[in-house]
Amino acid sequence: MSDQYKALDFFDVDELYTDEERMIRDSIRSWVSDRFMPVIQEHNRNATFPTHLIKELGEMGVFGSSLTGYGCAGLSPIASGLICTELERGDSGLRSFVSVQGSLCMFPIHAWGTEEQKQKYLPKMAKGELIGCFGLTEADFGSNPGGMLTKAVKDGDHYILNGSKYWITNGSVADVAVVWAKLDGVVKAFLIDKGTKGFRGKEIKNKFSLRASDTSELILEDVRVHKSALLPLVEGLKGPLGCLTQARFGISFGAIGAAQAVFDEACRYSQIRVQFDKPIGRFQLVQNKLVWMAAEITKAQLLCWKLGKMKEAGKMQHFHVSMAKRNSCWMALESCRLARDILGANGITDEYQTMRHMCNLESVITYEGTHDIHGLIIGRQLTGLDAIM
Amino acid sequence: MEIVVCIKRVPATDTAIKIAADGKSIETQGVTFELNAYDEFALEQALRIKEQLNAGSVTVVTVGPKEAQKQLQDALARGADKAVLLLTNEWVHDSWACSHALAAHINKSKYDLLLCGRQAMDADNNQLPSRLAALLGFGCVTEVSKLSLANGVFTAERDIEGAREVIECKTPAVISCNKGLNEPRYANLKGIMAAKKKPYEESPAALPTSAMAIESLTLPPARKAGRILGTGAAAVPALIAALRNEVKVL
Ligand SMILES: Cc1cc2nc3c(=O)[nH]c(=O)nc-3n(C[C@H](O)[C@H](O)[C@H](O)COP(=O)(O)OP(=O)(O)OC[C@H]3O[C@@H](n4cnc5c(N)ncnc54)[C@H](O)[C@@H]3O)c2cc1C
Repeated sequence: MSDQYKALDFFDVDELYTDEERMIRDSIRSWVSDRFMPVIQEHNRNATFPTHLIKELGEMGVFGSSLTGYGCAGLSPIASGLICTELERGDSGLRSFVSVQGSLCMFPIHAWGTEEQKQKYLPKMAKGELIGCFGLTEADFGSNPGGMLTKAVKDGDHYILNGSKYWITNGSVADVAVVWAKLDGVVKAFLIDKGTKGFRGKEIKNKFSLRASDTSELILEDVRVHKSALLPLVEGLKGPLGCLTQARFGISFGAIGAAQAVFDEACRYSQIRVQFDKPIGRFQLVQNKLVWMAAEITKAQLLCWKLGKMKEAGKMQHFHVSMAKRNSCWMALESCRLARDILGANGITDEYQTMRHMCNLESVITYEGTHDIHGLIIGRQLTGLDAIM
Repeated sequence: MEIVVCIKRVPATDTAIKIAADGKSIETQGVTFELNAYDEFALEQALRIKEQLNAGSVTVVTVGPKEAQKQLQDALARGADKAVLLLTNEWVHDSWACSHALAAHINKSKYDLLLCGRQAMDADNNQLPSRLAALLGFGCVTEVSKLSLANGVFTAERDIEGAREVIECKTPAVISCNKGLNEPRYANLKGIMAAKKKPYEESPAALPTSAMAIESLTLPPARKAGRILGTGAAAVPALIAALRNEVKVL
């Protein structure tokens, strides 16, 4: 039933987790092996998300797992991080789905919504009965979201929104969109339900990356929403950036899963692939690559564990998350490249997962702040000098 | 209905078994242990019966080492109400002794139904459910792959040589569970969080001195290397001759 996956834990990092955290991790790990691994190849080929699994994900409780109340599981930061690791071991698209739902949609509603908004959305989103998306980026405003052109104007008890969002995960499938738009020049968040007149999603096709995940354009043409659609307790860029800090925390853990998957695949392969009458794992150059991957995975595991502890203690700052997100995505992508090399020609087919992960990680290293933008956030913290603007 | 599920912690089925230095046990270093796969069906069935009746309780019991706590916690996370660890440091491979230890505990309370896996995938004895039923004076149906409950009567189906047997049974009963009975659920996250707060009990296992002992364990001989008789159609006569004269399957 399950695949052969064995997660690397070279430094017994397991010991640092609580019993509960380990159990949660194990439960998600076997779910991914049993339910997700058998279908991912086909969905990646067809560029579809396995929507039939959304309900199961909800039943397990992975959506908004670190939130409390409203049907959410109320897990420790590390437990919710480890869930991301396990999901991304399957595919970055699966983890993206869960991150967007929990960190980018449920989190802002939970943190800044009215009680009515919370009741309306959160319990159903926790169950996976409602899907959310997060619209911040625009075609011309990626690293610089503050320049966004999407606008809201007040019209009595209503707001009228115009503009468009680009690169929006789940944009075409979402039942509700958290759309960031400027109201009198100030960034505000609006909850826009699917089917609202003038509002639609349009899938971005022909991606090489995150194929098993919907990425869309959101188009807003005179979208009229009642004033109760505004998230009242947030304004300015710190709103979306606060959501992104949550999601980036998950990505930091998540990318380790992708690295684990390709390390496992390459290490296994090196022991059975024979050249010059020896398994290729017997050659020093091949071992060196595996060692690099194992060391980076181990360092990232420890960094993320500490990040989780800081989050739990309320001491985590956004620049800590930047360092972890930047490091995990980078080492995971480099691991894919090394693993692909070890797999030789076989590595370019989708019978092996490595190249799928590699392609996915090109998105993961870009979204939620590119590698370099995170470098500049850390640099600003170190020098007190802002090199971003 | 008060239900007990007997579970066991066993080496994962994909473990590459190594014999320990004493020649009588397996090397446990580096081996991952898991809940015996057949016991997962038993647990799932117990939870379904409780859900169907919307009443009663599910208690999981194991005879095993301290580490078996992990498997008990897993069962609690999936929905069992209570867990009991009957402690021993020995590897329990004698079904006779194990059934006595379990019966001693089970007899302390009143239960209607005992569910077990058909066998534990370490010693593969396939004896415990029947022995337990005999000790407790319960009815017993083994290797059940379909089970339903209506008006207090169980209808159990089991595969027998070339046919399918349907048995009705009343409580109290021991039912051992086979593959195909159900699709075990995953522990959900709220279940895992709730598990810690559920009743958990530990006491030494009342294991009688075993009447049997393992003399030695050996691994099966390594498979002989294959032999290539030739290639293409020209090799067919040699292949037929070998299958007929050496392997004697034709
Ligand atoms: C698959 C996918 C899913 C996505 N999902 C979502 C989503 O759900 N919601 C959402 O709102 N957005 C989403 N995004 C958008 C994503 O967050 C942006 O792509 C990202 O912020 C980068 O913006 P950009 O693509 O416009 O790149 P740009 O900002 O144009 O950057 C291009 C290059 O310039 C560099 N650069 C830019 N500014 C600087 C600077 N000041 N100094 C140095 N270098 C700089 C960058 O590092 C990068 O190398 C998604 C993207 C992808 C690919």
